[in-house]
Amino acid sequence: MARMKFICDAERCIECNGCVTACKAEHEVPWGVNRRRVVTMNDGQPGERSISVACMHCSDAPCMAVCPVDCFYRTDDGVVLHDKDVCIGCGYCSYACPFGAPQFPANGQFGLRGKMDKCTFCAGGPEDNGSAAENEKYGRNRLAEGKLPICAEMCSTKALLGGDGDMVADIFRTRVLTRGKGSEVWGWGTAYGKPGGTPPKTGTTKS
Amino acid sequence: MRPLCPWRLVPLAAAAALAACSGGSPSEGGAVRKNDAPAWQGAGNPYVAEGWKAGDQTSWEQQMRVRVQGQNEYTRGSGG
Repeated sequence: MARMKFICDAERCIECNGCVTACKAEHEVPWGVNRRRVVTMNDGQPGERSISVACMHCSDAPCMAVCPVDCFYRTDDGVVLHDKDVCIGCGYCSYACPFGAPQFPANGQFGLRGKMDKCTFCAGGPEDNGSAAENEKYGRNRLAEGKLPICAEMCSTKALLGGDGDMVADIFRTRVLTRGKGSEVWGWGTAYGKPGGTPPKTGTTKS
Repeated sequence: MRPLCPWRLVPLAAAAALAACSGGSPSEGGAVRKNDAPAWQGAGNPYVAEGWKAGDQTSWEQQMRVRVQGQNEYTRGSGG
């Protein structure tokens, strides 16, 4: 059984925001909600890097752990989804998520917080696969159509890869070995510094 | 009738307090999360990709492998 994951190759991402646009168009995401965002570190400086970020479909998802109404579930393919009919829009999940994945549509004059919305890995929700009800609440169910998430399949530089975690990791590993660099851009060393090395630079981040 | 010793009431009071604090799941009485059908059962709409059979899990998994490899230039370039 596949365990669906995203991985973004920071050596390839050119901050075109094609993934963001494709996601919004495919799912008709409401105004003010970005299921996917491109984050750039050290913007405008030599060595700037960008990655595309959305729900990481965590194996031990903190959003699931804190939800007071238990609206989250994980599919057999490792995709973390939620039932909007159960969600009460409390926002606990957005505080728990380290990636800022849960989004809330500001659909009222005074910023009323609606039901939580997030990346579904293009797997829809608990409504019937491919139904109009599912499409209206969660967007297209591309997995049930035999396709991968639109953001990954649309990525022009193939920086963003989506699919079975083992397979996308193999693709990324082959790239890194072939070009001889790139694995060090994101990870423990970037966040916390390398052993015996200099601490990480503090740079500007924009998203 | 012999009066009931106060210390004998302690377990009863504790049990009553625990019963008052415990309850069902938070969603009890509210909306209950629906079950989701697995993706390999297919979407049943005209947009389903060709090359696999809806309802066949093995076929869907193979389709996913093909689509993932579609993101890999190292195999696409060699015609693999």
